[in-house]
Amino acid sequence: MTAQTLYDKLLQSHCVRRYDDGSTLVLIDRIMLHERTGALALANVAADKRKIIEPSAVFCTIDHIADTRPGRPLQTRMPGGEVFIHAMRKQTKDLGLTLFDIDDPQQGIVHVIAPELGIALPGTTVVCPDSHTCTLGGLGALAWGIGSTDCEHALATKTLRIKPLKQLRINLCGTTPPWLTAKDIILHLIAQYSASRAVGHVIEFCGPVIDSMDIEQRLTLCNMGVEMGAFTALIAADQKTADYVIGRTYAPKQHLPLAKTHWLSLSSDDGATFDSEMTLDVSDLAPAVTWGTSPEHTIGLDSAIPGALHDDGNTDTTRQAAQHYMDVNPGQRLTDLEIDTAYIGSCTNARLSDLRRAAAILKNNKVAAGVKAICVPGSTQVKARAEAEGLDKIFTNAGFEWNESGCAMCFYAGGDSFGDRSRVISSTNRNFEGRQGPGSRTHLASPETVALSAIRGKIADLRQHYGRDV
Amino acid sequence: MKGITRHSGNAVLMLTDNINTDQIIPSREMKKVSKIGLSDGLFANLRYVDAAAGGRTPDPEFVLNKKTGKDASILISASNFGCGSSREHAVWALHEYGFRAIIAESFGSIFYENCINNGIIPVTLNGASIAQLTDALTDRTPVEVDLEHCVVSTENLSLEFSLNEDKRQMLLQGNNAIDLTLQYQADIEQFIERDKRSRPWVYEFTDTSTA
Repeated sequence: MTAQTLYDKLLQSHCVRRYDDGSTLVLIDRIMLHERTGALALANVAADKRKIIEPSAVFCTIDHIADTRPGRPLQTRMPGGEVFIHAMRKQTKDLGLTLFDIDDPQQGIVHVIAPELGIALPGTTVVCPDSHTCTLGGLGALAWGIGSTDCEHALATKTLRIKPLKQLRINLCGTTPPWLTAKDIILHLIAQYSASRAVGHVIEFCGPVIDSMDIEQRLTLCNMGVEMGAFTALIAADQKTADYVIGRTYAPKQHLPLAKTHWLSLSSDDGATFDSEMTLDVSDLAPAVTWGTSPEHTIGLDSAIPGALHDDGNTDTTRQAAQHYMDVNPGQRLTDLEIDTAYIGSCTNARLSDLRRAAAILKNNKVAAGVKAICVPGSTQVKARAEAEGLDKIFTNAGFEWNESGCAMCFYAGGDSFGDRSRVISSTNRNFEGRQGPGSRTHLASPETVALSAIRGKIADLRQHYGRDV
Repeated sequence: MKGITRHSGNAVLMLTDNINTDQIIPSREMKKVSKIGLSDGLFANLRYVDAAAGGRTPDPEFVLNKKTGKDASILISASNFGCGSSREHAVWALHEYGFRAIIAESFGSIFYENCINNGIIPVTLNGASIAQLTDALTDRTPVEVDLEHCVVSTENLSLEFSLNEDKRQMLLQGNNAIDLTLQYQADIEQFIERDKRSRPWVYEFTDTSTA
């Protein structure tokens, strides 16, 4: 039998039919929806008089524009945004779909609750009209973001058609330094290979660094696969994945032994071929922080901000524009930049382990004068568990705001904003112009780097925290 | 969706890599649970000087506000156009404004599928061909995108492109993908019945009895 990749196996096990053009009609096991795009997909289903084939496989939440202030009302601060929330409540009720509403203890950011509740499982297909659905590849699920029309297709047919994709394997090797997180690694990869390198590809991450990486960091790594242009990203499930999944609310119980055998069988065979392979040795990588307005505008903190000239002598006008917008200059060190705000949140980096690692930096420290610092846990369960461990006290004693869960200020929908020209160090995934509010200047980083920067009042090099001279 | 065989119109250039869907339509411009009424917010942050405050004062420097941009229906960009957020509102806004084809070196993958689903032709050309095309354009030289023959042309220049045959047929005929898939409904139902036996763990908390 031909050696197969993990992706080949996931595709084959869900293949309803193959088309002449090489595309595959794939069975969809789980559909996740949030109010910002999901409400519209449900409205389209109703308007087109379609029937949802398997309502019990559809899970909905309110995360994108939910108010995240402590003691929040069950509403939004986005002007006019209540129509999305009302529509979601009404449609899910009419259609009998599961909704984790704002006050539900299982509410949270859609890509945080999908693994947390055991909805996304290794070897399943999961779609959501949201680009960061690729996060769930960290569990060994084939999960990808779609538009609202394709979501309607998934709801009405329980299938989607996947066109032929190329496969890219990224081998992460070396010894992970104590300051280096999955966030740093993915930012380094995007910087090295560009924000478009993986367009038309499925990425599989593998190698000793992956083997020793915990599940939540694997989710972080895959989360930003889309920022490299990938259709999705994958990591084969192992014993750690099984241990993470087993016992969660919607994880299998009756057929668990069968499920586990299946999960652990899903990995790339020896000799399986990929369209391209790359290797990154992480041993000498410094913490990564973005300087510009694309995730590819990243440097390790051992480097200076690059110039706008490419090796071929051409000027990169995108870089020039980014440097102007961010008010940074070629040759400058990011660690010289003072920050206005520090933000820990998002589907990338607001799980319990993220908060624990950030809290370890913040313990017995204070946020620098003049810096606004905010923590938004990724789900209501993450928040409750963090509070049970006393992490909330560490955050608030340091001077962080401790908020309710949601997507919050990862993006700006017209409600909360960091303010014009404010410099934000953020554990989120996109540093686009105006992403966190008009004129906001976002520097993406790991939660630890955000925490240390909050204390210093400047973008800080985590290697110092570990006693390294920099 | 109406079929589209060929389209001729004015082109605008936005030759920057990685134009993302936040730029195409900012989140705060998505005000209704609806596909319509979005063109006003198209490229809002670039198009209006006071967009952040909800204003609509045109920025004369932005390409759509120039004489050639007002009735543009073809957009020419660089690599990874439409990356970022999955919001289909980006495609709905472009379509409502009048765009029927987008020519780029590559596209964000969700955006690309959204184009096919909404009657916008995504034309992939390499960087050299895009440079040739933009060099050949002067003010208001119409560009034609012929989906029947997969050719982009303007005065004295003709460039071939390729597009997956089934996707091309979807665009040409204006088919609805759900109806096409439901032709195989029996296959889907049979697959699910087999799957329930081989992967019962997937169905422990769900119920396909309505299928």
